[in-house]
Amino acid sequence: MTSQDITQELQARVASALQNNTPLCIQGGGSKSFYGRLPTGDILDTSKHSGIINYEPSELVITARAGTPLSVIETALVEHHQILPFDPPHFSDTATIGGTIACNLSGPRRAYTGAARDFVLGCKIINGKGEVISFGGEVMKNVAGYDVSRLMTGALGTLGVLLEVSLKVIPKTASEITLTVEHELARSLNKIHRLANIDLPISASCYDGIHSYLRLSGSEGAVRYAQQVIGGNELSSADSFWQKIKEHQHGFFNSDKPLWRLSVASDTQPIDITGKWFYEWGGALRWLISDAPVNVVQGAAQSAGGHATLYRGTDAMRNDCFQPLSPALYTLHKKLKHAFDPQGIFNPGRMYADF
Amino acid sequence: MGNSQLLKELGKIVANDALLHNKEDVKPYECDGLSAYRELPMVVVLPDTIEQVQAILQLCHRLDVPVVARGAGTGLSGGAVPHKEGVLLSLAKFKQIIHIDQNRRIAVVQPGVRNLAISEAVKPYGLYYAPDPSSQIACTIGGNVAENSGGVHCLKYGLTVHNIQRIKLITIEGELLTIGGDGLDSAGFDLLALITGSEGMLGVIVEVTVKLLPIPERAQVILAAYDDIEKAGEAVGNIISAGIIPAGLEMMDKLAIQAAEDFVHAGYPTDAEAILLCEVDGTNAEVSEHILKVREIFKASGATEVRTAKDEAERLIFWKGRKAAFPAVGRIAPDYYCMDGTIPRKQLPYVLKTISVLSAEYDLAVANVFHAGDGNLHPLILYDANNPGELERTEEFGGKILQLCVDVGGTITGEHGVGIEKINQMCVQFNSEELTQFHAVKFAFDTKGLLNPGKAVPTLHRCAEFGAMHVHKGKLPFPELERF
Ligand SMILES: Cc1cc2nc3c(=O)[nH]c(=O)nc-3n(C[C@H](O)[C@H](O)[C@H](O)COP(=O)(O)OP(=O)(O)OC[C@H]3O[C@@H](n4cnc5c(N)ncnc54)[C@H](O)[C@@H]3O)c2cc1C
Repeated sequence: MTSQDITQELQARVASALQNNTPLCIQGGGSKSFYGRLPTGDILDTSKHSGIINYEPSELVITARAGTPLSVIETALVEHHQILPFDPPHFSDTATIGGTIACNLSGPRRAYTGAARDFVLGCKIINGKGEVISFGGEVMKNVAGYDVSRLMTGALGTLGVLLEVSLKVIPKTASEITLTVEHELARSLNKIHRLANIDLPISASCYDGIHSYLRLSGSEGAVRYAQQVIGGNELSSADSFWQKIKEHQHGFFNSDKPLWRLSVASDTQPIDITGKWFYEWGGALRWLISDAPVNVVQGAAQSAGGHATLYRGTDAMRNDCFQPLSPALYTLHKKLKHAFDPQGIFNPGRMYADF
Repeated sequence: MGNSQLLKELGKIVANDALLHNKEDVKPYECDGLSAYRELPMVVVLPDTIEQVQAILQLCHRLDVPVVARGAGTGLSGGAVPHKEGVLLSLAKFKQIIHIDQNRRIAVVQPGVRNLAISEAVKPYGLYYAPDPSSQIACTIGGNVAENSGGVHCLKYGLTVHNIQRIKLITIEGELLTIGGDGLDSAGFDLLALITGSEGMLGVIVEVTVKLLPIPERAQVILAAYDDIEKAGEAVGNIISAGIIPAGLEMMDKLAIQAAEDFVHAGYPTDAEAILLCEVDGTNAEVSEHILKVREIFKASGATEVRTAKDEAERLIFWKGRKAAFPAVGRIAPDYYCMDGTIPRKQLPYVLKTISVLSAEYDLAVANVFHAGDGNLHPLILYDANNPGELERTEEFGGKILQLCVDVGGTITGEHGVGIEKINQMCVQFNSEELTQFHAVKFAFDTKGLLNPGKAVPTLHRCAEFGAMHVHKGKLPFPELERF
């Protein structure tokens, strides 16, 4: 894999964008360009800024340039029996670690081990003054200064250009199986909640409308014990099953209609919106394929203590893809945007209309 | 603006007995757990409703009065030290556990609830709150969020930031914000992470929703003794490399072992140079497997003795020595100064050696207690504040240790925060652009700079003065020592 540091080139591009007041659209592999509001501005390609800078398996830390392909990172980890704990989806071979962190996207394991943001230890960025600055670091515990690294995670590039990220990794467990059982919805969710109150090595869960699936990851003994407690049938080819869910290649996702992601209280009762539903994260994540209007979906998510994101839909719908913020929070977001990017040149409008 | 106007207006917000301004009444608030820094506040106010906190902050904002929030005052970096012209806002009366939800495995609590009280309250449901600072009997959840506190179980279960789901925050303008939600994430920026660890600089936390975990079926602790602290350090790396993430992995050096043993009689081997305490938890089967592996690794790495606690009572005794390490050291010296750097684990031998060289140079003894699993060091410098100049020498020594942590790729604070104590060392860890970025974040929340002024992030001016007196970043002390 090519390893190259193009910080200076990127910094020069930012400087000239600042001078000419021209917005930049930060882009890694372009694999998440469907996500968020429509990208605008001149493309700032970070994909060439790539390479693993430091990976110390015994320290459980990897640091890589933002343009490093996600697959390169995962391959390096597998060699040492380690994984990214948040199971990030790729959505394309071109996915980079920078884009993954900028979107804070996490996969099936998220409900049990944590999201991308939980494993970000540090970052280096170019801010909206064109300065290269670093926060956090490569150690597990660090409370010096505000947690800018986690603030960058999920900010969709609106606060700065990610140059490098340091992530905590975890060992791959010795044993992994997936159990499945036929259930109707209410029983499925009940069972998942009951099991979550016992200390079992559950690492993923989903419900497809007919079957519940639970993945167990742990030591041999722990997995075997949990299997006895839970019951059900063991699924063969479990890896590809979860892989397809993570990458939205599962049959459920095969539709031309809008795809919504609802992040809600895990024990929320089935939401009354017509469409197809798919449950993950013990009920806390619900995928919906539906033609229901934006305000209906977002209203329902809000009533369930959460928020709804339009994942895939028409360009027109993408304007409102993220749940509106309360006026006070919206104002605070604008102020934070100003704190990092006073001229508003990074990914303007990608997250919300005004910044 | 006079003191009397502020008092009069505060008197309209809270009852008389919730307002303290006589010297003897405010004296108990003069410092936090780091007693070297003291200041008397102009007034202490103890509200008990969110509306009162909003009104107090609005008032302070209008009158330009500094505000310092305070939980239990157990902080170890001077974060809760009052401002002499300001209001000390105590959250002590916010003691309610508002709601426990077993299905969602969360508890909604007020900020003044003690850390341990949460685990006690949810125990009947088979649940607990994982982050467990050694001060957990006393410290509050509000303080934990403000410091992003950790504990001995952070290696496996994460810090405060990983274990909370929602907070309610009041801005200096008196606006109540709800950050986070009932789901696992929320729309917009990750403000929850930004507030966590912000040391009372961005707002006042008035409610916290914590995540709970099922109590593991079994927990077991293994004690290993070493005649050489470096071997102990290597054993830590070997455990992690073997793919085991223990619930806790702690190290103590000889002086700490002896102090703890004298204090609580934990049965520690007092002739050892270092001990490791390794806790594994999970299902019965998993724990049995891991104990075997951990014992093997300890033996292979040259432990002189490996002991597994034979029952729950002995497990608690093993931990008692570790959890009482600070007060135990407090018994063998008139004063001690606790440092809190974090380093990449592999640097442990080099850093320990350098600390002992510095210890000889400054003629001040050091007891070392570490969260070894995540590289978080707590060197305790023993000194006597009554000896003229000794505190100053101690501070200088402490500063060198922190600089050392930064030089080997670590940080000046892993969990205790910057407060006033490490404000100069922030100039070592961050350059002026980075500090300016922090100030910009602060400005977005608190334009007038009224919340906890003078803490956490130094002014550039202060750094310029500090830098002039100190060696520059990147210059490793003692280059002759072998490094890993
Ligand atoms: C013996 C001992 C052992 C310790 N062990 C550990 C340990 O293992 N791990 C660890 O991480 N820490 C440890 N600490 C440090 C300390 O207990 C923690 O930092 C704790 O979180 C502080 O909580 P507190 O309620 O005492 O906060 P305080 O000391 O009152 O305040 C700490 C900071 O938080 C701010 N603050 C407090 N409440 C609020 C609020 N509601 N809203 C906004 N800001 C607020 C204050 O302004 C201050 O800056 C230890 C301390 C002692 C004395």
